[in-house]
Order: sequence, then structure tokens, then C-alpha cells
Amino acid sequence: MADPTSSTLTSPASPKGETQAFIQLKDVCKRFGSQEVLRGINLTLQHGETLCIIGPSGEGKTVMIKHIIGLIKPDSGEIYVDGMHVNRLKEREMAPIRKKVSMLFQGAALFDNLTVEQNVAFPLLEHGIRDRSEINRRVREALQAVDLDEHRHKYPTSLSGGMRKRTGIARAIIDHSECILYDEPNSGLDPIGSDVIDQMILRMQRRFNVTSIIVTHDMRSVFKIANRVAMLYRGEIRFLGTPAELRDTSDSVVQDFVNGRSDITG
Amino acid sequence: MDSPSGLLTLPGRTFLHFLVYLGQLTALMRELMIAVRSGVWRLKLVAQQIVAIGYGSQAVVIVTGAFTGAVFTFQSYAKFKDFGFETTVGAVVSVALCRELGPVLAGLMVAGRVGAAMAADIGTMKVTEQVDALRVMGVHPVDYLVLPRFLAMMVSMPFLVAESISFGLFASYLVTSFGYDMPSAWYMTHMLDHTNMEDLSIGMIKGFVFGMLITLISCHQGLAAENGAVGVGLGTTRAVVISSLVLLIVNFFLSILLNYVFPIGTV
Repeated sequence: MADPTSSTLTSPASPKGETQAFIQLKDVCKRFGSQEVLRGINLTLQHGETLCIIGPSGEGKTVMIKHIIGLIKPDSGEIYVDGMHVNRLKEREMAPIRKKVSMLFQGAALFDNLTVEQNVAFPLLEHGIRDRSEINRRVREALQAVDLDEHRHKYPTSLSGGMRKRTGIARAIIDHSECILYDEPNSGLDPIGSDVIDQMILRMQRRFNVTSIIVTHDMRSVFKIANRVAMLYRGEIRFLGTPAELRDTSDSVVQDFVNGRSDITG
Repeated sequence: MDSPSGLLTLPGRTFLHFLVYLGQLTALMRELMIAVRSGVWRLKLVAQQIVAIGYGSQAVVIVTGAFTGAVFTFQSYAKFKDFGFETTVGAVVSVALCRELGPVLAGLMVAGRVGAAMAADIGTMKVTEQVDALRVMGVHPVDYLVLPRFLAMMVSMPFLVAESISFGLFASYLVTSFGYDMPSAWYMTHMLDHTNMEDLSIGMIKGFVFGMLITLISCHQGLAAENGAVGVGLGTTRAVVISSLVLLIVNFFLSILLNYVFPIGTV
């Protein structure tokens, strides 16, 4: 196994005095067949930042965050997480990155054959923690944080969409990852359920300085939780700035998306 | 395939697809060997799979073995009697069951029952992003999904083949003893005289090889599944069809190879 800290796998040294970015994407391109999904994406994220990625459906937002955690390899370009060159690592060398970064999938991706409690305990067991009392304590803490402690013995099939998402979040936070990627955490949730998720993301950021990247279509969430917003449009980052800058932008494409205006007339 | 050039390139494309498929199976086998060498075997999952594969396949393997042994004896007895060889039925059925019918029929039954389940389980996990969730948590899918199934298959297959042979012989014995009034001592004597450890070894070796092929082919179909439920269904069907065909083809070449190692008719 290659040493993830070796020079070939780390990002180029930062100029003196400049903080090294936690996540860095450089000219990332990805194509599926004839469809060019990402066209030269450049993005930098510092520790503790909360970035919301918005954009029309099918524009590659999920593809982009899957690149960060190494689930998809780019056709060209470079991706660094905490200095480690993600796209040069083989699958079995990804462990150090996946210890730092976890992900909530759009459908939560819970294991059907495990209970809520077993799903949440899964990362701890797989990372070699064998002390039963410690596992129980951490599972209980994670489930209390998402208000699911009383449902811990249920199987995923008997949970509602919101409960599944919250179980997915509990599983993502239990191993104290430095960064969590959220793929549409609010989709399919009622406004209250959506707000619960937003509050949880904010709490994670404030209490543990967790870096968050959230793919979402919910503009209310964006203005509530984001430090920065990136809009992906036709494979490129069309807008990158603060929520205030997003509100004030003169770019009509961005404005139409933020305000939910379609250009179909008649 | 509408244009003439499409038809002309079809054999080439089919051959290329075949090469790509072989490459993917080899890559999966390589990952599996890395997983075996890692020593992290997740014995609880292996035990669960032994129950699902070994214990769960008992009925189907026993019924198949028993009725094949019975019908084989029933058909061959009449013909053998024409030549006055009816006392050799036990020996012929025994050698056939040990060397060919036992492992092949057990393999086909396991390919249908277990191969389909493997492809469907893993395929469903793939299309619902559960396989990606494993990867995100730093768990290699081959380590968690394929290795326990492979180890369980290696443990279960010899027992299933042995059961298929045993119940086939038992049914054969019942048919000759009670159906044709042949003295049981004749049947037993000829069977024991003409069946040796080499015949049983061939059955066991084939069981191991078939188990390995079924696991590789079925797990590969599961891990390659895409496009939701349709993709899972397609992968499941392919797992059973490819496993069964490969098993029959490999059996032919394995028989030739093993006959060099353990020649038949040397007793």
C-alpha cells in the first residue's frame, strides 16, 4: 500500500503563510459516454466551511461530490483532500481519506439486513473498535443527536424517508469525520423535517468545526446554513460566492434558478 | 445491427466483450485473493452464508441426487439385463454419480438457487448505493460481500456434492433391491469393488471448482448491476445462465484433466 503522505500523493506546497485547503479540485473533467458532465471544475474549501452546491437536476452535482471521496475517478484534473491526492490512490489505499470524509447518500443507503442501531454502529466495528460499552455509548449519542434513539431496534424498511435520512446522518457523524458530504439531505422531507436536518448540519459545524458540502435544491436551506454557495450549470461552476452575493447577483441564469423561474413561456 | 458493417463487426465485438468479461472476472479473482490473504475473514458473515448456502440447499440437492440415481438405475437396469450385466448396475451408477452426476447436478442446483440469490442480493445493494456506502466507510466490497460467500461456498460445496452422491446411491440401491429383486449383496459388492477414493476425489475437486466459479460469476454480476430493478433482474438471470453453461463446459475439460490424474477403470 502506498504511503498516502508521500510526495507523489500530496498537493503542491502552499505559498508561505497561506493555509492549505482542506479540499481542492483542479480542472476536474468527467464524461459519461458522449455526455460531458464536469468541464474543468476548480474549487477550494477550507476546514470548517459549509458549501452548498446548487444547480438544475442532472448537471453533475452528485458526480462532483462523489469525486471528492473517490467513488468516481475523473477523466482529467486533480483532487486533494487534506493534502492527499485522491485520484492517484487505489481503492484499497483510500482508507485515510474515508476516515476523514463521510457521506450521506440521497436514499440514505442503509443496510437493509441491519437494524438502525447496527447500521449506526457499523463504521465503528469496521474500524476495529471492539469495546461494546464504548460502541453502545457512541451509538446512543449519535441516535439522540438525530432524535432516533427510540427507533434503534427497527429495520430500515419500517422507517419513514426522514427517519432513514437521519439514520444516515447518525452513521455519517458517529466516527467523528472532519468532513461530511450530503447528497440532497432535504429531498422528500416536509418543512419541519427539513429544518431538523438543517439545524443538525449547523450544530455539527458549530460544535465540531465539521466541513460540510451539501448538494441541495432547497434555497431556504441554502440561505440558512451555507457559508458559500456554488452553482453548477452545464458542467461548469457558474457562480461561487456567499449567500448574500448569491441574492445580489445580476446573472440572470443564477437569479432564475434561485427564484424558481422557468424560461418556458406561454 | 441494421447495417451490413454492423453484422460484419459483430463477431469481433462479441470476442472483445468476451475478453473484457474475462478481464473483469480475473480482476475480481485478484481482489478476492488479496482479501483472503488479508486474514480479515468476518467469520460471523461466513457462518451466516454457510447456513444460507449449505444448509439452505440441502433439500434441493438431496432430491435432485436421489431421483437422478433412481431414474438412472431404473433405465440402465433394463438395458444391462439384455446383456446379462445387471449386477454391474451398482458399479456404473456409483462411478457415474461420483465422477459426473453428483458434482454437476449439485453445481447446477446451487447455481440456480445460490448464484441467483448472490447476484440479486449484491445487485440490489449496488443499485441502492449500499455498495458505495461500504466503500465510503473504508470497507472494500469484495472483502465484505464476496469473501464470506466464497469461503462459505468452499465449505458447503463438498458436503452438498457428497450428499448428492450418497442419496443418489441410496435411491439406486432401493430401486434395484425393491424394484427388481436383485440381491442387495450383489449391488453392494460390485459398487464397493468398482468405486474407489479417486472417484470420490474427482467429485470433491469438481465441487470446489464449481463452487468457486458460481461465486465469482454471480458476485461479479451483482457488483456490475446498474439501472435499478431491471438491471438486478438482468444480472440475476445472467448469473444463473452463465454459471450453468460455464459449469457444464468446464466439467468437460476438468473430466479430461482429472482422468489423466485419476484414470478410470484401473481397478
